[in-house]
Amino acid sequence: MKSHVLRPLWVAIGVVILALIVRHFIVPPDFGAHERGFMYGFHRKSNEDEWKAVKVKYLTKDYCKECHTDKYESNMSSKHRIIQCENCHGPAIDHPENPEKLSVDRSRELCLRCHSYLPYLESMRSKIKGIDPSEHNPDTECSMCHDPHKPDLEE
Amino acid sequence: MDLTRRDFLMTAVKGAVIATLPLSAFRFLSPSEAAAAIKEANTRWGFLVDTQKCVGCGFCVKACKNENEVPYDTPLTRTWVERYVVLKDGKVLIDTPMGGRDGFTEQTVDGREVDPKDIGKAFFVPKLCNQCENPPCVQVCPVGATYQTPDGVVLVDRKWCIGCAYCIMACPYGVRFFHPVHKVAEKCNFCYHRISKGMRTACVEACPFGARQICDLKDPNDPVTKTILTKRVGVLKSEYGTKPQVYYIGLDENVR
Repeated sequence: MKSHVLRPLWVAIGVVILALIVRHFIVPPDFGAHERGFMYGFHRKSNEDEWKAVKVKYLTKDYCKECHTDKYESNMSSKHRIIQCENCHGPAIDHPENPEKLSVDRSRELCLRCHSYLPYLESMRSKIKGIDPSEHNPDTECSMCHDPHKPDLEE
Repeated sequence: MDLTRRDFLMTAVKGAVIATLPLSAFRFLSPSEAAAAIKEANTRWGFLVDTQKCVGCGFCVKACKNENEVPYDTPLTRTWVERYVVLKDGKVLIDTPMGGRDGFTEQTVDGREVDPKDIGKAFFVPKLCNQCENPPCVQVCPVGATYQTPDGVVLVDRKWCIGCAYCIMACPYGVRFFHPVHKVAEKCNFCYHRISKGMRTACVEACPFGARQICDLKDPNDPVTKTILTKRVGVLKSEYGTKPQVYYIGLDENVR
């Protein structure tokens, strides 16, 4: 039976079916509401593993101490033992393959991050030995006098 | 054949039951696999910031940008350190040059000279994603590209994000930004690749003073969780009902 009412209905149903077929192929099978429900957990599940697979770059002191034992030991006997090697030398990543050499940053700016005196009595900053960079041997590398691994001159 | 009707029915039922068991039911899990499966469901990552210990060295920001490949010479950053200088006349000066990436080395705040005699109090506050229990940034995502993992971390699916930036507007803490290389929304994810391997986040490792600590809030024996449960801690902007999971020691009324 032909009907001018039914004909657009068939077209509409066809469009819906086509959309569902296209959706089936475009949306990954693991996409949906997961543990945290529809409001907070609506996602592609395999993306969690993609984030877990990101390369770790900072490997911490435990990685350095195997080969650089002397530096590690002198550093661990000083107040600077709380600072990670990679804070100043940059991330180890795959060192010694990649990068073959890590950088040695001798700039004053590196030391001034903590040791430029700021009169902030409420914060721990004022308890660190601080200098006025414009008066304390300006234009001189700090490492001329202080060993960065073991900086205290009185020890 | 001397198969009785009873025997035949019994065998058929047994066969049917065995046939319904999937092969995976017979796979043996190694102890570590089993532990990992249970662990994930029983973990809720949280963070503790002790603002009294922060000295504004900015090593956390430097480490974060390198670890997570956030373009280094832009002011964009997943975590940052703010300096608050509250003057005796009540005026509050706040700055965070390049997110505190190179530390705070000068007494000028935002280019303004400050006389030490005028300072009432001054301190540093590290900020990062609060990994809210009710994250508003996730609710608004129109395509399901940002979501919360079962262990409470909010992630962004870089393949799925369309870059509409709705989430960036929705975050009350201003934690999200647009990644200029990947062209998607970007945010702190507690270094998900590190914490899921049992390591600590890059910023926690980089902090020499222990001002930043990461913990599992569902583990009552975790020393940092114990601190959160037993000491006086605060959260940022609790009035929004987002239930932030980054706890602060030594918050000030001027910190927003």
